[in-house]
Amino acid sequence: MASLSFAFFASFASFASFADKCWYSLAQESNLDFIVSAQLAPGEIAPPLLASIDRDPLRYQELFDGDAVRPHWRELIADLERATPLQMRHRQQFVTRQVRENGITYNVYSEARDTQRPWDLDLLPQLVDADEWRALAAGIAQRASLLNAVLADLYGPQQLLRSGMLPAELIFGHNNFLLPCQGIALPGGTHLHVYAADLARAPNGAWWVVADRAQAPSGAGYALENRQIISRAFPDLYRQLQVTPLDGFFGALQACLQRLAPSGDEAPLSVLLTPGRFNETYFEHVYLARQLGVPLVEGQDLSVRDARVYMKTLGGLQRVHTILRRLDDDYCDPLELRSDSALGVPGLLEAVRAGHVVVANALGSGVVESPGLLGFLPRICEALRGEALALPSVATWWCGEEPVRRHALERLSQLVIKAAFPSQHYARVDGSTLDSAGLAELRARIEARPHAYVAQEQVKLSQTPVWQRGKPLGKVATRAVSLRVYAVATADGYQVMPGGLTRVAAKAGAVTVSMQSGGGSKDTWVLADAPMASIRLLPRLLGVRDVVRKDSWLPSRLVENLYWLGRYSERSDNLTRLLRALLARFVDHGGSGPAVACVLDVARARTLIGRKPPTRTTLVDAVHRTTAGSLRDTLARLYWSATQVRGRLSQENWRAIVEIHREQLALTAATPDLQGAMEFLDALLMSVSALSGFALDDMTRDDGWRFLVIGRQLERLQFLADVIAQVLGQPAIDDPATMESLLELADSTITYRLRYLSAPQLIPVLDLVLLDGANPHSLSFQVEELQRELGAVAADYGDGAATALQGIQRTLSAINLRALEDAANGPGGRRGELARMATQLVGLADCARAIAEQLALKHFAHVTDVSHSTLSA
Amino acid sequence: MRYSIAHETIYDYADPVSLSQQLLHLTPRQVERQTLIEHRLEISPQPAHRFDRHDNFGNPVSMLEFDRPHRQLKISAHTQVEVAARAQRLDLEHSPAWDDVATNLGYAAGRRYDEKSLQAAIFRVESPFVRVKRLLGDYARECFPIGRPLLAATHALMHKIHREFTFDADATQIATPMLEVLEKKRGVCQDYAHIMLGCLRSLGLPARYMSGYLLTHPPAGKPRLVGADASHAWVSAWCPANGWVDFDPTNKVIPDTEHIAIAWGRDFGDVSPQRGVILGGGSHKIKVGVTVTPS
Repeated sequence: MASLSFAFFASFASFASFADKCWYSLAQESNLDFIVSAQLAPGEIAPPLLASIDRDPLRYQELFDGDAVRPHWRELIADLERATPLQMRHRQQFVTRQVRENGITYNVYSEARDTQRPWDLDLLPQLVDADEWRALAAGIAQRASLLNAVLADLYGPQQLLRSGMLPAELIFGHNNFLLPCQGIALPGGTHLHVYAADLARAPNGAWWVVADRAQAPSGAGYALENRQIISRAFPDLYRQLQVTPLDGFFGALQACLQRLAPSGDEAPLSVLLTPGRFNETYFEHVYLARQLGVPLVEGQDLSVRDARVYMKTLGGLQRVHTILRRLDDDYCDPLELRSDSALGVPGLLEAVRAGHVVVANALGSGVVESPGLLGFLPRICEALRGEALALPSVATWWCGEEPVRRHALERLSQLVIKAAFPSQHYARVDGSTLDSAGLAELRARIEARPHAYVAQEQVKLSQTPVWQRGKPLGKVATRAVSLRVYAVATADGYQVMPGGLTRVAAKAGAVTVSMQSGGGSKDTWVLADAPMASIRLLPRLLGVRDVVRKDSWLPSRLVENLYWLGRYSERSDNLTRLLRALLARFVDHGGSGPAVACVLDVARARTLIGRKPPTRTTLVDAVHRTTAGSLRDTLARLYWSATQVRGRLSQENWRAIVEIHREQLALTAATPDLQGAMEFLDALLMSVSALSGFALDDMTRDDGWRFLVIGRQLERLQFLADVIAQVLGQPAIDDPATMESLLELADSTITYRLRYLSAPQLIPVLDLVLLDGANPHSLSFQVEELQRELGAVAADYGDGAATALQGIQRTLSAINLRALEDAANGPGGRRGELARMATQLVGLADCARAIAEQLALKHFAHVTDVSHSTLSA
Repeated sequence: MRYSIAHETIYDYADPVSLSQQLLHLTPRQVERQTLIEHRLEISPQPAHRFDRHDNFGNPVSMLEFDRPHRQLKISAHTQVEVAARAQRLDLEHSPAWDDVATNLGYAAGRRYDEKSLQAAIFRVESPFVRVKRLLGDYARECFPIGRPLLAATHALMHKIHREFTFDADATQIATPMLEVLEKKRGVCQDYAHIMLGCLRSLGLPARYMSGYLLTHPPAGKPRLVGADASHAWVSAWCPANGWVDFDPTNKVIPDTEHIAIAWGRDFGDVSPQRGVILGGGSHKIKVGVTVTPS
């Protein structure tokens, strides 16, 4: 188990506390198994579960048919009634804990924005019975095909516009109708590779479509995640009800991307293109990329050459054949679309036009998301498919048509007004919330630009049971509910995900559902009525020849950030050690004397503390300050680089980094005092040294890992060389206190004590920190490791780096401790020898810097280069 | 009239540019009354790849890709073109009422669009640089009383803009929002054109952005200076009876033989002479020189 390696490399104390946590989580898991199989204890009376449930008579009740529980809910309700309060509490705790663990991730990503909110998952699944689902799924598949056909027409012959079945101003006025995409032939004629519909249930029980999602429908990953949690909270019930699994959907999506990839004889490469870590659903992008087994990339990771898309990887440019995008249409190509977009891939459209890459969903598909289309779809369906639209849309009026507008304006106070185009940045307005002045203003707004507004019937959402936590015995309440359902294009039409993302309102009595205003989600269980034949395609069995041992698609950006993660981890370790030594010496020896002088000089050289004699205040400030190069600045950088490589770190490793970040931030609010600063440093030293454990034991040893290790070694090499050179210049070089300081800064105290059992002296100390290849904190150890890892990364890691590394080796082998011993006989000769050695070490540190520069030049020079647009008149 | 036009753009970059993609609208399109006699592009350094095609408005466009580090990019377009005078004078008063034109282009269930009105409809809505706003419609309203002939009203709007706006090369940049330009009433030919487009479209009338050149007249007795001209922009309004009719609000003229068109689009963004994305480069200096010589 990965977390144990964490403990192993930290001290015993941290092992104990970590072991506690492990025990805690294991106990939780086993409790759960026990509880789920337990029966109601004798004498314990279950609360009347549904006795006091609130019901709105004007809405459809998912659970009730009149006063009776609908048949497909009965087993769940029976299970809840059987369960003891303790069982329910444990189930809820299980879900909360699972969500919190993912929630941590979610929150941390959106930290820089105020929109952060925990993912709220209700304990009770939403149940849909088999017959009902069949009809619903058929309706969704029909609608996906229909909208795909609409897109094919709009970007092709435009018969719908010519014949007046769709208004030209509704299409041409939409910022996601991309003129440059007109006339491009797409593989398979597929515009919508993935489609989603937001559904609501009318009071009569019929499902209505409220909105279509056609650009990059989000939430499918969350649906899968919800399933993985809730199915484990009710494992018996889940089996018993024969809930249809979701993974077939993701397999179909993989197959869709592979099938359409214009890869010729090459193995097709798909990537998931994300706007980046500030996007609100970034967590889902990471999750989805892992599920699909595709690299997660940002625009700057891709490059277009000769109308072909490539991913910049450590091994050079790697051709990309399909791009699953999470970027809005008009942001995808700053060369031909919005020029102010830094997120897109310049030249992408040219590559699409040439047929060398498939973008899913196709660029420009967002135009059919406009609510203005809803009212036109029934006639279009008749015309294009010769059949009726199976799933009705919520009654919707596009105001650009004169008689329709008049009708809508007359009933304005009962309707919801929405923008037809996202570029309006106009939030929906509920007419019933406006006074007469507000209504008049709204009317004037619509009349000034009628084609940009849509009026929609207010939907009375159905109500579904939710589990209310926090009540002593738990309680079932009802909430308004909506459902997002997904479909994916296969070779034989659209396949619908058997389930979806159910969303519930935050408060009782709320009439709308919105994740933005704190709503929650539910797992959606589609029940099988008969023993289910597996319709899922079995994956091809992988044999020995399919074994992959190398991640060949390592984006360069990732590699650079891993390298910096290594450097900042090691730097944090060094600075923490240095500051701790400084504070401890000050407490023990006061502000002067050889014990303090040596450490103080090293700290001053790094501008951690000023030139004046140290005081309590300046020392505490050295810990608290956040200026460039300070400890806290380094910790912030450590955190930043870790967020950039989040997908490569284990859960435990990531949590350790988040914990360090929290402690660092907590210092801001803390009153600066010496005691607190020392405690902070003690705890920090433990946490940062644990990171090296993760680096050693918790990561796959691919080239990305090698760059992390190279970063660590270069950092340690530089630090050691600098520190030793500085110590060699100390007047009190022979004072044991000076040597003790050097051993402490080089983290070699224990080794020395084990070997010599006496007060430290110059020559054995130098041997240990410079030349002893068995000491992992010696210079020569770093050099050997560096040579191995650099050699493994690339046969030619750059002539410059090779030369610099040879320089280091030459310097190190030229260091002769015997000469130092001999020089001790001649007066002044020893000082001269020490100074010569110091100069050699300074040269060595410079060589380490040269290696770093060469690596940057060869492997990640482009990362700091950001694309920008130019325009000339 | 026959013209020789030299249009030279030089980018000097502080740091090497490692990758650059450029989209050029420098080759004049086929336009009524205008014949292209000769055209060539000189490009330095040589692009690694070049694609020549037509964009969705029918304008010739060249896409260039440079994948070798370079500190300077120089593109010169040399064009010879013949512009014929209008065969007969436009009668502004003999055009359909503007409000009928706007209404007839609007949607009504089952109303069919012919090719021309469908093409016009593209230029009747908001585009990235041209907003459709009540404010713009209100600004233009005095020139558009109900029933006034479309071309006469548009002509009046051109005069109003020319009268009320001040030409000021330092007042705006390409990214200056239209409504800010409307408030300041200062700008360059692109701003004049965008404002007029916004007014017409806010009234429901199709209008497109014209990119091209203008013959300038050196002060009496002075020689024509090489590179002293600039590229120019004006507006074309759609009239069902007369087709597309050009208006130049910067100079309050209806273009005849002194305007040379390169391309048209919804706004500047569709047809800017040179649009690019570069990797690296640091800060850059740009020098544009245009010389229009009658021959």
